[in-house]
Amino acid sequence: MTGERGMTGAAETRPILETSGLGKTFGGARRLLGGRAPTVQAVRDVTLSVAPGETLGIVGESGCGKSTLARMLVGLVPPSQGRITLEGKTLGEATKAGPRAFGRTIQYVFQDPASALNPRKTIRRILEAPLVHLLEADAPARERRVAELMDLVSLRPEFLERYPHEFSGGQAQRIGIARALAAEPRILVLDEPVSALDVSIQAQVLNLLSDLRARLGLTYLFISHDLAVVEAIAERVAVMYFGRVVETGPVEDVFRAPRHPYTRLLLSSAPTIGARAAAADAPQAELPDPTRPPPGCAFAGRCPNVRDDCRTSPPPLVPMGPGRAAACIHPLPADDADVPA
Amino acid sequence: MKPAAAPAPVEAPVDALDAPPRKRERRSFLRLLLRNRLAGVGLVVLSAIVAVAILAPILPLADPNATAPANRLLPPLTPGHLLGTDELGRDLLSRLVWGTRLSLSMGVAATLVAALVGSTIGLVAGYAGGRLDNALMRSIDMLMAFPYILLALAIVAVLGPGLLNALYAVAVVNIPFFARNIRGVTVGLAHKDFVESARLAGMGHGRILVSEILPNVMPVIVITMSTTVGWMILETAGLSFLGLGSQPPQADLGSILGEGRKVMLTAPHVTTIAGVTIFLVVMSINLVGDGVRDALDPRLSAGALARPSAVTRIARPKSEGADAAAAPTGDHALAVRRLSTRFEIGARVLRAVEDVSFTIRRGECLGLVGESGSGKSVTALSLLGLVPSPPGVIRSGRVWRAGEDVLSLPREKLRALRGGRVSYIFQDPLGTLHPLFSVGDQLVEAIRAHRPASHAEAWTQAVALLERVRIPAAADRAEALPHELSGGMRQRVAIAMALANEPDLIIADEPTTALDVTVQAQILALLDELRREHGLALLFITHDFGVVSQLCDRVAVMYAGRIVEEGPTAEVLAAPAHPYTRRLIACVPILGSGRRALDAIPGLPPAVDALPDGCAFAPRCPRATGACREGEIPPISVADGRAARCLYAGEVMREAREGSAA
Repeated sequence: MTGERGMTGAAETRPILETSGLGKTFGGARRLLGGRAPTVQAVRDVTLSVAPGETLGIVGESGCGKSTLARMLVGLVPPSQGRITLEGKTLGEATKAGPRAFGRTIQYVFQDPASALNPRKTIRRILEAPLVHLLEADAPARERRVAELMDLVSLRPEFLERYPHEFSGGQAQRIGIARALAAEPRILVLDEPVSALDVSIQAQVLNLLSDLRARLGLTYLFISHDLAVVEAIAERVAVMYFGRVVETGPVEDVFRAPRHPYTRLLLSSAPTIGARAAAADAPQAELPDPTRPPPGCAFAGRCPNVRDDCRTSPPPLVPMGPGRAAACIHPLPADDADVPA
Repeated sequence: MKPAAAPAPVEAPVDALDAPPRKRERRSFLRLLLRNRLAGVGLVVLSAIVAVAILAPILPLADPNATAPANRLLPPLTPGHLLGTDELGRDLLSRLVWGTRLSLSMGVAATLVAALVGSTIGLVAGYAGGRLDNALMRSIDMLMAFPYILLALAIVAVLGPGLLNALYAVAVVNIPFFARNIRGVTVGLAHKDFVESARLAGMGHGRILVSEILPNVMPVIVITMSTTVGWMILETAGLSFLGLGSQPPQADLGSILGEGRKVMLTAPHVTTIAGVTIFLVVMSINLVGDGVRDALDPRLSAGALARPSAVTRIARPKSEGADAAAAPTGDHALAVRRLSTRFEIGARVLRAVEDVSFTIRRGECLGLVGESGSGKSVTALSLLGLVPSPPGVIRSGRVWRAGEDVLSLPREKLRALRGGRVSYIFQDPLGTLHPLFSVGDQLVEAIRAHRPASHAEAWTQAVALLERVRIPAAADRAEALPHELSGGMRQRVAIAMALANEPDLIIADEPTTALDVTVQAQILALLDELRREHGLALLFITHDFGVVSQLCDRVAVMYAGRIVEEGPTAEVLAAPAHPYTRRLIACVPILGSGRRALDAIPGLPPAVDALPDGCAFAPRCPRATGACREGEIPPISVADGRAARCLYAGEVMREAREGSAA
């Protein structure tokens, strides 16, 4: 791993964000009467790399660790294992660096816009906070930047003196995006940014995000449970299950011909217009108990292709075709013909 | 590369949010306070007392400390001494006024000290959590373990008697109330998203505590202050009564009472008057304190104390149209005619559901689609009078079932219908299942509420119901508590409960919205199987066209309280006749269409207390003309079994057909 850091490649192709072996364990605190609380490994061994200007979609169901991963990337949760490299600077588990160290490079947009805005502050004070604390901007510079930000997210400047409860969900999410952009970060981590919004508003916010990315040259990590939304906005996708990345690759290829059976299950479960309801899964299918993870593949219990060797050790993420990888010992065939529509 | 932050002009303002934020009217604090009559009385008494205490130096009062042994123990109403004199001949009225002044300022000062120290401890403990929290709160617990008067006595014994020391003692005794209250609120706030976003903005912990958390905790501090200041006055008076507080000749209310006690038998007026004054001061402060709490507590001002009635208030005009009053013919599970439900809050009228009519045939699944605030859930709740009243009122309409108008049924028959022949499934089964009873017990209760059965019989039926919703190892799972089951399993239990009494109609309000897609697919497949097996009619409320398309025979689309389009699902989805339906379908991303910009609908839905004239969608509609903005637009039939509230419905539908063919 240390060998990679010594490499000097062309600056343009260097990833803007890299993680290696990133993991997070919760619990395990010593109890008053001896013994330890049960531990839950929310994220295990996540190694990702994101190129500048790219949008990486991260999909998975609740409990798959995608939000914990996002929070580690912006410094809200210190990682238990592994390290994060931002623009070539490594922030490891030892540094315990808070969001302050990350804030000017990477920012975060919350799922629920209403709860992410302090109800007792005006929009102006909310937008000024990162300018004061991260950029140490003076008053005239702040005034200018706040006006720019409102313009960027297509909100009228007179809304600046209003309080968050006066705004609709879509407007509040625009304010959340403006706040994230205030310190001119290069990467935005968007944690389910549209799932609390109505579909008509969701489309407005997605279009705004695409527009901002093009205009400001941003890099996005777009976390969602909605495959169709990820397909509409992302170039590459990472599918997570039970704390691990089980498949990555270009969105189009992965969604057209998934190699991991879990990806196929997700795709066939998404409700689509014009299809009858049909269970793609056994009814008793559930996630394994996170305090007692199975020794082998976590998906083995639900997998239609499961064989004995799946249950011995967790399958590693292995390359499968150009830019693609999947963590499966018996992957689905690569040819399109075998893939259910 | 530096992000280009120049304010480049936004191109076509397709999604410019020009709708101004909705200003909510805020009732003034005083009006909220005076809603509580007793608080009003307390406020008047307290204001009078405080005014007299403040004005004491300029009032024409005798010197409170001037002794006159010749005039000792004069009774009240003696000329020159309105309330008489005490045993040293001092004017009692003057001493009372000055004593009240001292007692009030002592109480307020002690409250401020206790609030400052206690709130700081609570804020730090709640925000830091972990060991610091433990250490601080256990110390506070130790402080609380002593009887408070004993603790105060011990503190005064150490510091020595005196006014200031009594104040410290009372403040220390009250610190735990503040620390515990404030810590509780802070713990809830410390992990809120807005605190994390302040961390992302680069704020340090101290600044977050002061500028993010403190403003949100302030109402609780004020409430705690207003409810403890009375106690603190009493406690200071108690210490002074025992001779440990104010030292002669200075007197507060407690020491006047203490001095009067020695001559209680010969001159009872001294103690009586001092006692009544203490009573008035503390009582008025407590009444005002309760009022302040009621006014500031968001739960109370949101109407948590108002008890909604068991059935929605129904206030329909006596002379409704003949078409509404006559039972519709035909084989239907439920027929709704011209239903309007409103929320009437003071002068504001929210038209949540307006002129809604639909029919669900036996064994049919009708999807009710709309965005949040479109009135779909209120429609569902209105059908069996489940909208909370106040503020909900059903202003017109009939709900026909088996030849009867459900809304005209007596309360008992309506209750038998709920969970009986018509049952509900809600979005969050964790919120509708009781957390402390096993799911089997809750099914037993649902069964026995509607028909006589022994517990054992009902249990057997409960297990059979769990098997019917395909729960593996049903007999074991029946013993489980709701939190021991996964979200999908809980929703299966909720479905089993809905099936418990052989319903012929199930109303499902967003039953899969909170579930993961793979689980959603399982639940949808289950509902589809069950309704086909049992010939159930299903009213399925959702915001997701994909789900509607999988499950529903027909679909009704709601916008701003009205059904704007209705028809067979496949036809409506293929060629919508209302521009809203068309645009709503267009802005849903569809899997398999690749990366692209979505067709967003510009603007926002209207507020239901300020609906525009004519079509509510007109302000967002590219096709809208002057005619759209005046007068009611009735449903216009565009094909067999299809109607839309649009003047151009036929054209819109034809265009959609040609567009999809092209």
